Amino acid sequence: MSRNANDAAENTSADEILRFAGVSMRYGRGPEVLSDVSLSLPRGSFHFVTGPSGAGKSSLLKLIYLAARPSAGSVRLFGEDVAAMTGRDLPRTRRRIGVVFQDLLLLDHLSAFDNTALPLRIAGHKPSEYRNDVAELLTWVGLGARMEALPPTLAGGEKQRLAIARAVVNRPEILLADEPTGNVDHEMALRIYRLFVELNRLGTTIIIATHDQDLVARSARPVLHLDKGRLRPLPPQGPMAEPAE
Amino acid sequence: MSEPFDPARWRPASFLPEEDARDPALLFVVAVLCFLACLTGLGVIAGNRAAQDWASQLTGEATVIVRARGGETPDAAAARAAEALAGVPGVTEARALEKEKAYALIKPWLGDVADLEDLPVPRLVAVGLDRKTPATAAALDKALKGHGLDAVVDDHSVWIKDIRRAAGVVRWTAGTLLVLIAGAAGAVVAFATRAGLAARRDVVEVLHLTGAEDAQIANLFELRFALVAAVAGAAGAAAAALLGAILRLMGGGQGITPALPIAWIDLLAVLPCPLLAALVAAVAARMTARRLIQRL
Repeated sequence: MSRNANDAAENTSADEILRFAGVSMRYGRGPEVLSDVSLSLPRGSFHFVTGPSGAGKSSLLKLIYLAARPSAGSVRLFGEDVAAMTGRDLPRTRRRIGVVFQDLLLLDHLSAFDNTALPLRIAGHKPSEYRNDVAELLTWVGLGARMEALPPTLAGGEKQRLAIARAVVNRPEILLADEPTGNVDHEMALRIYRLFVELNRLGTTIIIATHDQDLVARSARPVLHLDKGRLRPLPPQGPMAEPAE
Repeated sequence: MSEPFDPARWRPASFLPEEDARDPALLFVVAVLCFLACLTGLGVIAGNRAAQDWASQLTGEATVIVRARGGETPDAAAARAAEALAGVPGVTEARALEKEKAYALIKPWLGDVADLEDLPVPRLVAVGLDRKTPATAAALDKALKGHGLDAVVDDHSVWIKDIRRAAGVVRWTAGTLLVLIAGAAGAVVAFATRAGLAARRDVVEVLHLTGAEDAQIANLFELRFALVAAVAGAAGAAAAALLGAILRLMGGGQGITPALPIAWIDLLAVLPCPLLAALVAAVAARMTARRLIQRL
């Protein structure tokens, strides 16, 4: 299996969930942070996005979760051209995407339970419809005993898992995670990775931006490797072994 | 040991921190503006009533100045004028005033003159008019001329016009003040909304990226500031009503000055203040929040 997923951009598939065609991006009048990126990801796939700091990993994710627009090229998400989406389409599309932000963006004044329930409330669901699901999800990510805790009182790994719970609570079709194991120890990184694998088994398309080469190497998942804003072939890796799932 | 968390008892918390709704500076400023708006409103009501009372009093009266002709004495001419005027429809009473009253009126101009009897001092006739269908100055004049009297009718129309114009100026001034105060309240809330959005940018960003529509986020700030303004409006209105009540108690039915006769019922005029303050705040917060969110 090829580990460079950008080759797939040349082929169109009915089951394609994301397509970049010649995408470039810059912030304001600054230099390009992404240049001529083309890729195609099938529904239900699991990809890592790797590359050195400043390579454009977070910018790539921002384009996918609609926090930024490309300066050139086109992005198709769920089969729709992002450039053609109206102001009303954007919130609806964002609700189909779960994001674990690099800085987590947990709301400190809300409990773990309220933080997790946030996407469901925004989507207009009634509390009676999701109360038990939220509790079950928090228990699944190992926060069953911390549901009332405020984020500042949680440990680093607990915060990461809370952010993941919030990202997946409304069963998104795509889950994006920006450095989800950046601030946790190796053991916790593996636990978080297993969470993503489990979600992927349930049908969620997963894209993880990470610096954790060890995790990438051991996972044997396809990689989108960025260098100076361009997709490049993955540099030579050592022997790989799938982490225990 | 605390009880385990029961999801069935969970109630959704506000997306915005509760402590933001207790900003004392904002509460104080809006309360002061509402207090001033209510005072202005009470002043307009009382001033309007004073103007109406004065106009009504003047409308119910006319004064006739009678000069004696030929060999007739001033007193006889005044008595004859009173008799002639009493028969005019719309006149309820016509009474010749004593000569001392006429002398008292011209005394400020002539000083202490030893014998006013030597001067041709005109006499006055006070005419009471029916308030519903008062006799016109022309009808009174015609009746006097019909009796061969040399007289001038003053139906106070000049004064009434002045009073009505003054009342109109007061109303327009107060209206302008109320609009300015509402504008100032709106500007304060817009400023507070901008500050609130800046302070809670993290919340706005999370809501935005989690799929909240612009209107949903704007609604949070709209409701928050409407509530703050309603509370501040109630405080300002209560303070204005209290001051109005004190003025009413101090001055009785006439108020502390005849120009501001406050009635108890006037105090009810402050009741819409919290609602109006909330409305102004909601509109200002919504407009500001939507404009800022669209820039995200």
